[in-house]
Order: sequence, then C-alpha cells, then structure tokens
Amino acid sequence: MGFDEFGLINFVPFTKVSDFTDYLKEGKLKGKHCKKCNAVYFPPRADCVKCFAPESEMEWLEFSGRGKLLTFTTIHAAPTGFETKVPYTIGVVDLEEGGRLLAWIEEPPEDEAKLELGIDVRIEPKVIDDNRLIYVIKIN
Amino acid sequence: MKVAVVGIGHGKFGRRDDATVQELGFEAFRDALNDANLTIQDIDASVIGSVPEYHKQRSLPGVVAEYIGMNPKPTFLTEAACASSSAALRTAWADIKAGLHEVVAVVGVQKMLELTTPELLALMGRVGDVQWESGFGTTFPGYYAMYATRHMHDFGTTKDQLSMVAVKNHFYGAKNPKAMFQKEVTLEKAKSARMVASPLNLYDCCANADGSAVVIIANEDRAKKITDTPVWIEGIGSASAPMSVLRRENLISIPSAVHASHDAYKQSGLQPKDIDVADVHDCFTIAEILAYEDLGFCERGQGGKLIEEKQTYIGGKIPVNVDGGLKAKGHPVGATGTSMVVEMVKQLRGEAGERQVQGAEVGLAHNVGGIGQYCFVSIFKR
Repeated sequence: MGFDEFGLINFVPFTKVSDFTDYLKEGKLKGKHCKKCNAVYFPPRADCVKCFAPESEMEWLEFSGRGKLLTFTTIHAAPTGFETKVPYTIGVVDLEEGGRLLAWIEEPPEDEAKLELGIDVRIEPKVIDDNRLIYVIKIN
Repeated sequence: MKVAVVGIGHGKFGRRDDATVQELGFEAFRDALNDANLTIQDIDASVIGSVPEYHKQRSLPGVVAEYIGMNPKPTFLTEAACASSSAALRTAWADIKAGLHEVVAVVGVQKMLELTTPELLALMGRVGDVQWESGFGTTFPGYYAMYATRHMHDFGTTKDQLSMVAVKNHFYGAKNPKAMFQKEVTLEKAKSARMVASPLNLYDCCANADGSAVVIIANEDRAKKITDTPVWIEGIGSASAPMSVLRRENLISIPSAVHASHDAYKQSGLQPKDIDVADVHDCFTIAEILAYEDLGFCERGQGGKLIEEKQTYIGGKIPVNVDGGLKAKGHPVGATGTSMVVEMVKQLRGEAGERQVQGAEVGLAHNVGGIGQYCFVSIFKR
C-alpha cells in the first residue's frame, strides 16, 4: 500500500499523493485540484503552490486521459534497469484538464518522422512486468 | 565594490585514473597561485564547487581544502549540479562584495570516472524528477533530446545544424591542450554517430570527465596590487527553473538561462551586442543552440541558422566556445563553471593563443546546472 508500485523502477515509495496508484489500479487517471484557487495539478501534488491553501483544500480530480503530444525522444542508451527495454520512446503530453505527463508511447511508428507533435493522444493505465503500475501514451 | 579575477589555473580534463579528486584540485590551484603570484597566506577562504554524489569521499571541501593547504581558512561546498562552481564563484563574489573577505579561491573540481559504468548509468537515471519521470527510464540526453525535438518542430532546426555545433567545438578543442578530445571531426562523422536519444547521437553529447579549474578573485584594492591585468566581474546573474521539464512553460527555451542573463545584463549595464566572446553550456549540441537564443545572441528560433552561418566561429558575429566547449573539453561537472571563467580571462587578457578572439574586451560565461534547474550567467570585462 503505497507509491512503491508506480514505475518500472520506483525511487520514491512514500508520498502524500500515494492514493494516485490506487486510482490508477481502478483504471482512473487522477490529478489534484485546489478547491480554494481552482489550480489543477498533474503530476498530482499534495500542496497548492499557487495559493498555499491548507492541505485539506486539495481534492482528487479525475482526468479524461485525453491530451496532445508536446514532444518525444527514443532512448537508445538506457539507464540501469531499463537495458532490456531499448529502444523505447518517451513522450510528453499536454493534458486536456491541465498539467503534463511523461510516459512511454505505446507502439510508436517505426519511422519517427511519422510521429507528429500536436496530435491527439490517450493516456491509459497499464500493468507491466507482472506487477509494475504505469500509464502509457496511446496514439489515436 | 568591484571584484576581479586575479589568478587562473586549469588542469587537464579527461579520464584521470592517475589522480584523486584533491590531487586534481591541487593542479589547478597551484597554477592559479602561480598565475596570480600569490601564496596561500594571501587567500582568505576557499569555496569548492562540486557535485558530491560522484565521489566516494564524503564532505569534499574537507579533503580538498586540506590538500591544497587552505586550513584553517574557511571552506564549504556549493552544489548546483553542472553549475556548481559558478555557484561557488557567485558566493565568493558576494562574500567579497559584503566585505567579509578580500581574496577568495574558487575551486571547481570533479572526479566522475571513479564511479563504475553501472554506477554512472544508475545516476543518469535519476537526473529528472525521480517521483514521476525516472520510473520511465528518462536520461540526461533524453531530456535535452525532447527539447531538440520540439525546437526542430517549431523552428525547422535541423539535425545537420546540431552536428555543426559539434564540428565547431571539436575544431577549437583540437587547439586546446587541456581538452579531453583534441581532434577535429567532420560533419559526416558527427552526423552518422550512433543514436543515444533521438535526435541526439553520440556526437551531440558531451562526455563525463575528471578535472579541475580554479580562479582566484579579489576586491578592487587588492586586485590592483596583485596584477596589472585584472579581469573585472561586471555581473553574475542566477536563476532557477522547475526540476521537471513538465512544469516549464515550454520546451524551446531554458527559462533559468533567460532570467539569469537578464540579471547579468542588468547588473553590468551591457547588452548581448556588447559581448565579444562567450562560453556557453553545450552539454548537448541543442543546448548550445538554446543558449544562443536564451542569451539574446540571436532571435528565438534562429540558433540553428546562427551556427550554420558560422557566426559563432572566430571572425563571426559572436565567437562561442572557442576553447572547445563541454563537447571537446569534457564535462567534469563541478569544474565546468570555473573552466569557462578561465577561458574568458585568457581571452580578455589576450592569452588564448591560436584561439584568441582579437581585441576581446567583454566575455560571458553561461553555465547551466542539470536540465536548466539552475543557471548562472557571468559577464567579465578587462
């Protein structure tokens, strides 16, 4: 019970937003919303840095999973723990509700030139390598 | 109060299996002392710029200050990733301006290659936000690659233009005896290297290295007594940016570099057009192109064109990284900031030999930490 299930490798098992992984397991992508100033955060954070409201003002907000591809790269030289996954393509997505997300692009076109920035994409929760919880970017 | 650089020293950058981190620091410190014609009694404090996680030795200033003979004078570490020794310079500069010290040694030193390759690769996986990004296998080149992808999309910057930065910096690195790589490369070779993180290939990336560079700075009164050729620090701008690229306004500019340069231009009363020579933080070729734009050497989006027109070679509009840059010198992270200062001082003294920008009066050093989480922009005048 905690954040340790998130990511192929997890470096940060403890966080105030560990409920995120529980929602992800239910198939829901959630960010945080500040009831006081209406700020929306993805990745979620426990504290509103716009208005410094009390922690109790922050609520979970379900995201549609829709967004637009801002940029990407295909990693060929991997860090420790990712050696068997290369090459893998990482994308950054501007989410419809606000905030951004970084994740793997699932099944990117073989020719990278065909991957256009600004296209509509979908974010989907996924379990990989038996028990690792992530989300992936799917090209519509 | 005016503050000047009065002494410089620069060790050999590269794989230095022959020396410990404190021995590396000593090389450059001794050169700087000799250059300034000072003894350690003349120096009031040392500030060490370095990234501690690369060393087995904990609490680096302890071992460095002792080995270079600076006990019992004050010492401490500044850390701002790849800009750690620019943070040291700014801190030492502030100490002098505050009247706390008169002469301070700024020691940039780093030994990265005492770590094994697996250890380095593990560190490489933790350069971004470890909570939300590292679990997807992000890497240092990967982050800059995502900047490159976006810059190419928005402005038509080309892969060839990226490679042209590498060609230029290796061209000048071949003339720098302290550089890790002292060999020119052709555009063909630079373009066809193996991919690291698309669109960046091996020649778009700088190399981890060991090395040190030291500068001694002094207040106006002392500086004038120490040397006939003081190089004045006209301003040191500094700024920060979100750890994660996700939380930045865009991926076509390093925001801390924009803020730090505005700060430095304001402090110095100088403008981009006044800069005669610059060292910028080319940890990746795209980073040099972003620097041209962030510093105002060209309009946003025109960085690729600037290198293609060879405007950043000697003889061009603004010569950049004529010491070879991080690309050819190697990038011992803690030593890179002071290495830039050493080059600017050499240029402004007219001591840069075949790399000399004739008549250079104003120099600028742009030192980025991490993926732009920190940036320092320093302006020097002879």
